[in-house]
Amino acid sequence: MSIGFAEEVAEQATETVAKTATVTEAPPLVNAFLGYLVVFIGLVLLMVVIIIVGKIFSAKKNMPAEEKAAAAAPAAPAAAAPKKLAPGSAGDVKLYDTNPRDAAMIMAIVANKLDKPLNELRFRSIKEVK
Amino acid sequence: MIFDKLGKLVTESGFVQIVTSPDGWKALIMIAISCVLLYLGIKKQYEPLLMVGIAVGCLLANVSVLGGTENALYHQELWDRFLNAGEYETGYTEYLHKFGPILSEGGLIDILYIGVKAGIYPCLIFIGIGAMTDFGPLISNPKSLLLGAAAQFGVFFAFFGARTLFGFTGNEAASIGIIGGADGPTAILTTTKLAPHLLGPIAVAAYSYMALIPMIQPPIMKALTTQKERSVKMEQLREVGKTEKILFPIIVTIFVVLLLPSTAPLIGCLMFGNLLKETGVTERLSDVAQNALMNIVTLFLGISVGATMVGSRFLELQTIYIVILGLVAFCFSTVGGLLVGKLMYHLTGGKVNPLIGSAGVSAVPMAARVSQREGQKANPSNFLLMHAMGPNVAGVIGSAIAAGFLISMFGG
Repeated sequence: MSIGFAEEVAEQATETVAKTATVTEAPPLVNAFLGYLVVFIGLVLLMVVIIIVGKIFSAKKNMPAEEKAAAAAPAAPAAAAPKKLAPGSAGDVKLYDTNPRDAAMIMAIVANKLDKPLNELRFRSIKEVK
Repeated sequence: MIFDKLGKLVTESGFVQIVTSPDGWKALIMIAISCVLLYLGIKKQYEPLLMVGIAVGCLLANVSVLGGTENALYHQELWDRFLNAGEYETGYTEYLHKFGPILSEGGLIDILYIGVKAGIYPCLIFIGIGAMTDFGPLISNPKSLLLGAAAQFGVFFAFFGARTLFGFTGNEAASIGIIGGADGPTAILTTTKLAPHLLGPIAVAAYSYMALIPMIQPPIMKALTTQKERSVKMEQLREVGKTEKILFPIIVTIFVVLLLPSTAPLIGCLMFGNLLKETGVTERLSDVAQNALMNIVTLFLGISVGATMVGSRFLELQTIYIVILGLVAFCFSTVGGLLVGKLMYHLTGGKVNPLIGSAGVSAVPMAARVSQREGQKANPSNFLLMHAMGPNVAGVIGSAIAAGFLISMFGG
């Protein structure tokens, strides 16, 4: 008897829970606000993570030369000597999303437009703006 | 005998069906609409890659349906049975959520449409978008993410409007709202999951408004910003290293998908495509994702989404409501981005140009180009493009999160 009653109560409770679960959605304003909030929270947290990662990389990049050398020393005791530049060269050009052929062409065009010999110009970097 | 056969040919022809079939006039209007869409795609170049496909899908579905269901390329009734919707609400259990009957009884576009229904095409397109996107501006200026979030305002504003003013159901309102995310594949995926019967009008509205961004946004930008604000020149962005660019998609995937698992299909695919681009060791795959895969999927997606625009479903009052709400969503997304842009302008003491806020509506790279153009109009030496690309790509992530939220809220 008591088991039957308990089962009945459990059944009723399950029904009630099911009904409550499927009860209408929250008011549209609440849903809209909640959705906007979730997007903001998600992206703010992502922003924090990216900022932290960025700081780590910036710190590594700005590490003083001695520290860098010290950090690199045990790993590479016989580090290669700095690359020798070609006579008359103003140094390497950093290329971002640009292949060397295009870079060479761009440098030649700039030199031609400025009417100056290429070895008198210094290109620091070339970046493709997409 | 021969006259009987000729008579049969005549009565079966689409021209006769236009007059005799009860839905003939609707098909005729849809044929006219598809011609208008073709004009917009070809002549006006409104998102032509998708628009031409959508228009041809619409044309083929409506022309072929006049020749009887036997020859139709797309069968609305099969998909109604698949969903147990419309007049097929009961008694078609063998069709319910089963692709088998579609494969055996469907036409070409029915089979292509399986890719939309299963949510495959939007995800594959996101792989291509990821492979084409440079997240460098966003990594170098992570605050752009705030603008990407702010520019999702239209999504929830339109959702609220659709639900309260126009009487759409929660699922329908969510699908309409996501038009404000200005992201075609996201809108298609969300609508397919929540309100597949609205897919045609929502896809057309989303892509049309994306194409119209250069006309929709500038008046709002001018109304909400001053000449001084628009003239602000922003500092050069820091250079982002290769390792950071490789780590970015991995971090975003882990972080965002753990936060909101329903974003996994879109964010996962977007970041996978980006990882292919940035690793430097998968150039062939990146090339395929950017070109061949993207083109093939765009072709299938356009034609199959367009085919859902059958007259009996499209020519309803709610299509007009969707078009209106889509515009509202776009406008308010722009407003949201601009207002937070203005806030950042004031908080940083005038270092942020609020115009980059409007680029947070996604629609890469059109919205960023509009920010650049308006910035240069105010100050010819201004160069905002790279600064606007940050919020622009943040908008892609933001709209995917918004879609994930709506799917998890209403998709159960």
